Amino acid sequence: MSVALVPLAFLMWAMTYPSRALPMLAPGIERLPAWAVTYLRLAGPAALAALAAVNCLLTTDKPPHLLVGIEPVAVGICVLVVARTRLLLPGVVAAVILVAVTRALGIAA
Amino acid sequence: MGGGTAGTTTTADEAAAVRESRRQMTRDGLAISAYALPVGLVFGLTALQAHYSFLDVLANSAIAFAGGAQFAAAGLVKDGASWLAIAGVVALVNARHLLYSAAIAPYATERPRRERAFMAHFLTDETFALALAHFRRIGRFDRRGYWIASMAIFVPWTIGSCIGYVVAGAVNTTGLGLDVAFPAAMAGLSLGMVSGRRDVAAALGAVAVAVPVGLAGGASIGLVAGALIGPLFGLAVPASPNDESSAPETPEPSAEAGLP
Repeated sequence: MSVALVPLAFLMWAMTYPSRALPMLAPGIERLPAWAVTYLRLAGPAALAALAAVNCLLTTDKPPHLLVGIEPVAVGICVLVVARTRLLLPGVVAAVILVAVTRALGIAA
Repeated sequence: MGGGTAGTTTTADEAAAVRESRRQMTRDGLAISAYALPVGLVFGLTALQAHYSFLDVLANSAIAFAGGAQFAAAGLVKDGASWLAIAGVVALVNARHLLYSAAIAPYATERPRRERAFMAHFLTDETFALALAHFRRIGRFDRRGYWIASMAIFVPWTIGSCIGYVVAGAVNTTGLGLDVAFPAAMAGLSLGMVSGRRDVAAALGAVAVAVPVGLAGGASIGLVAGALIGPLFGLAVPASPNDESSAPETPEPSAEAGLP
């Protein structure tokens, strides 16, 4: 069994652990300028939104092209459901069902 | 003697209060576990599509233990991004943990340094939300309480990831529409972190940057550009009453979504 991405898990840990540990181990480090605290807080939604966008709006070929299909619509449905319920799972399930049904009916590729 | 009786009563009252608070936290933790397990399943599926092995999935969930960042990394691996880019995105996505750690720190100052270092590995959105509420209720640190909070997310997330990987390997994921689960989960998670107009501006700004840069230079470059520049859009917008930038103790709403 491949373990090629196990070192990546350690790298991800190394990128995550300092954020979790430094204020607990070195009190005072949390006293960052207000703008820096705000930037850090905004980085989460920004990074995840960018990730969703490139994965549903761009094709995987190189160079990528704008994707026109059911996938962006399904992601939009997911966003609507999450906005209404504040729960991730129903939104993901709704998106998956939409794509599965449209593909089964031959409406989407 | 009377003082001793009063002291004993006070101690008994405190112990009862701690037990009651732990029970409440356990109930809340079960609700989180109930969502962490199925979302872990989705991660297992996503990892399979990115050609992870079972051990890769297990290592990701147990060692990195960073739900949203794990999804992000899987997407980048699938896109063939460099590990440097993945490291940068993971650091950005998880930078908010600085705020959580800072909020927990005053309660944990009496604990040995080694214990605090170990505790930090498990400090996720959910652990933070459960533990801080518990500490506030009882007015002090509670070691057992912290571990109950941690395991409420760590165990179901790790188990769910592994089950999802194994189960997804046996089905036609594209035919079932499961390939859309990843971008949908990312969009939903991003929305879960939005609490004010600054968050909205940051998320929309990131998309506005990521897509054209991705078209010009590749998906992974677009992603990193969006993640880095998006927050600047948020900073450029005046804060609304719902923006949490001045309240570092407030847990991210993503905790409700069941991700570490």
